[in-house]
Amino acid sequence: MTLVLKGARCVDPQVNLDSVCDILVEGTQIIAIDNSIDAPQNASVLDCSGKVILPGLMDIHVHFRDPGQEYKETIEGGCASSAHGGYTDVATMPNTSPVCDTGALVTYQIEKSRACGTARIHPIGAISHGQQQESLAEIGDMYAAGARAFSDDGRGVQTAGLMRIAMDYISQFDAVAISHCQDEFLVGSGVVNEGVVSTRLGLAGWPAQGEEIQIARDIMLSELTGCPLHIAHVSTIKGVEMVKQAKQSGLQVTCEVTPHHLFLCEDDITEDFDTNYKMNPPLRTKEDMLALQEALIDGTIDCVVSDHAPHAAHEKDYEFERAPFGIVGIETELPLILTNLVQNGKLSWSRVVQTMCINPRKILRCNPVVLKPGSEATLVVIDPQKKFTVTKDWLVSKSKNTPFLGFELTGCATDALLCGSWTLRSGSVAIQS
Amino acid sequence: MLSVRNLINTSDLTVDDIEQILTHAQTFDEVNSRMLKKLPTLRGRTIVNLFLEPSTRTKSSFELACKRLGADTISMAGSSSSVVKGESLVDTIKTLDAMGVDMYICRARFAGSPEIIERTTSARIVNAGDGKHAHPTQALLDLHTLYKHFGHLDGLNVGILGDCLHSRVTGSLAPALAKMGAHVTLIGPPPFLPPRPDALGASSTSNLDAVLPDLDVLYMLRVQMERIEGALIPSIREYSALFGMDKTRAARMQKHAVFMHPGPVNRGVELTSDIADAPNSLILDQVNAGVSVRMSVIYLLLGGEADDTRA
Repeated sequence: MTLVLKGARCVDPQVNLDSVCDILVEGTQIIAIDNSIDAPQNASVLDCSGKVILPGLMDIHVHFRDPGQEYKETIEGGCASSAHGGYTDVATMPNTSPVCDTGALVTYQIEKSRACGTARIHPIGAISHGQQQESLAEIGDMYAAGARAFSDDGRGVQTAGLMRIAMDYISQFDAVAISHCQDEFLVGSGVVNEGVVSTRLGLAGWPAQGEEIQIARDIMLSELTGCPLHIAHVSTIKGVEMVKQAKQSGLQVTCEVTPHHLFLCEDDITEDFDTNYKMNPPLRTKEDMLALQEALIDGTIDCVVSDHAPHAAHEKDYEFERAPFGIVGIETELPLILTNLVQNGKLSWSRVVQTMCINPRKILRCNPVVLKPGSEATLVVIDPQKKFTVTKDWLVSKSKNTPFLGFELTGCATDALLCGSWTLRSGSVAIQS
Repeated sequence: MLSVRNLINTSDLTVDDIEQILTHAQTFDEVNSRMLKKLPTLRGRTIVNLFLEPSTRTKSSFELACKRLGADTISMAGSSSSVVKGESLVDTIKTLDAMGVDMYICRARFAGSPEIIERTTSARIVNAGDGKHAHPTQALLDLHTLYKHFGHLDGLNVGILGDCLHSRVTGSLAPALAKMGAHVTLIGPPPFLPPRPDALGASSTSNLDAVLPDLDVLYMLRVQMERIEGALIPSIREYSALFGMDKTRAARMQKHAVFMHPGPVNRGVELTSDIADAPNSLILDQVNAGVSVRMSVIYLLLGGEADDTRA
């Protein structure tokens, strides 16, 4: 396929690119990027005027539930929703059933996503065997199969002893430990932030310190072991401050934030007991929310992730205390960032590329995806003016559990290429042959 | 008529709603003192008492209230209901709804259960206690008891003593008292106090002896045995020593002060027998008020509808 994308604002700080230009794609590669490219005879042309082109987005924290819980989501469905959201690459968390704790399960996901063609999966391996936190999983075997990050996400690693051994072990590879920070003794049966909302609704509190204690611990263990550390879904001011200090003292510590922690807070949980507001970590205070926005803007937070966590309707339609944690998010992620931070000029397009394309790939040790001749043609076309309402029908994901249903958002991905093949065309997921 | 369709929590009620409920409760007090206590008001209406966790007192009180208003009732207990068999609350309600139900009175282990029922049915709902969240009829009967005793609610200093954090009574009583102009202090060891008492319109302290002289009302909560010994507090002995009410502590209170307790009482734990049975104990008045207040709530939610011809 020869293709010319005409007239989009192309942004990629990796090559100091931010201008309106044309992109010529041939086969799997970008051949040329220039102010004006005359389309070759056989080329198809996509008019992208008014649009923005970025390198393909990457989300390094998703749950695709495959294998084991295919009634919630599958690799096909997860990859399709990624394409719908403008994502060409995703990293899946290992808490499937069985847990992804062997090279074979890493290979399974990579192969299956390759067959789908709508997004590339970069599996994250478990830290402990079966996430039971008794013995180390076969980290070297998973590394050989392609895993570059290890996490017991869904749970915090409960003992400092095991986390130390895991980080020691991981440090021999070019890989990162991802820490879901949650001290189970401190958090107990907590389901919402401890404070106003837990008091008002009579729900068990999940204190900020339940997260921060493990952030502090794992930063110290990173110092002890030399293992790179990535803090998953940071949700509090203090958590961000600790990461900032760790970076200042030269440690290889990074962190991520979700759109729901950026744009929702505990005050949004009302007497409706809507379980779409039940996530882990819980929605924090408004002050935390605003501080997270600042930290994303100023660069303390490295990347944006969805923590895309599909659950079937019948599972979420339970009492708040019994319903599972988590919401779907990969399709609303970019639109929420655009609507709430880019349209008002708080976050530059360059920072969008940094936090949603460049840094996620750096953290996961993936090859960079760059808008330059000779690179793979993996990119996303965004219509920043497109207004739409989030509805169950609009969501491609098999599960529809999101508090953003009914939200009117501005800006979304309309087209995307993965190595020169369409994954998204005019807002619809491209069917791969 | 009330401003709400259902009684989920006291925080949804206006001052006028609360006053209406208490006014009607006085009428029903009179009915309940007659030899023949049954009214025909809700004849032909169907009320389901859905008690998904064990309850004796609240359940009996609601059943009497329904029967004295002339309604047909069925009772489903936790052990006999399908919820135990793994059916979701939503499916249980859909099934019952198909049989034609006018009102659900629901006691549930989990907070927010009445809201789930509300989203599923068009029948009226009275929350008979959900998880550690709310127990609005308990709060209303407490207000009724206090109003009858003091003649007013505004300005009263009320201390709620015990495990306020895990208490649905506190979740409804504190905001209701605050709404009616009373001052509420939650009292107990720190693990028993909510992180943000202000969210309930109250303040909190662990210094019982310091606040005792100011109180008009001391409302004691039942100490749940499973929360003690090795969990949130060291022992019953220590709790009684620090927070148990006895004659010595009672002597520091104002002469006109009264004791209340939602029951059942743990004699020798949160209070001694001479406190429970003291002349200034309103504990049995509360039980008595329960039936009248529940009749009032059911009547106000369902009675107005009775004129509808539902042919």
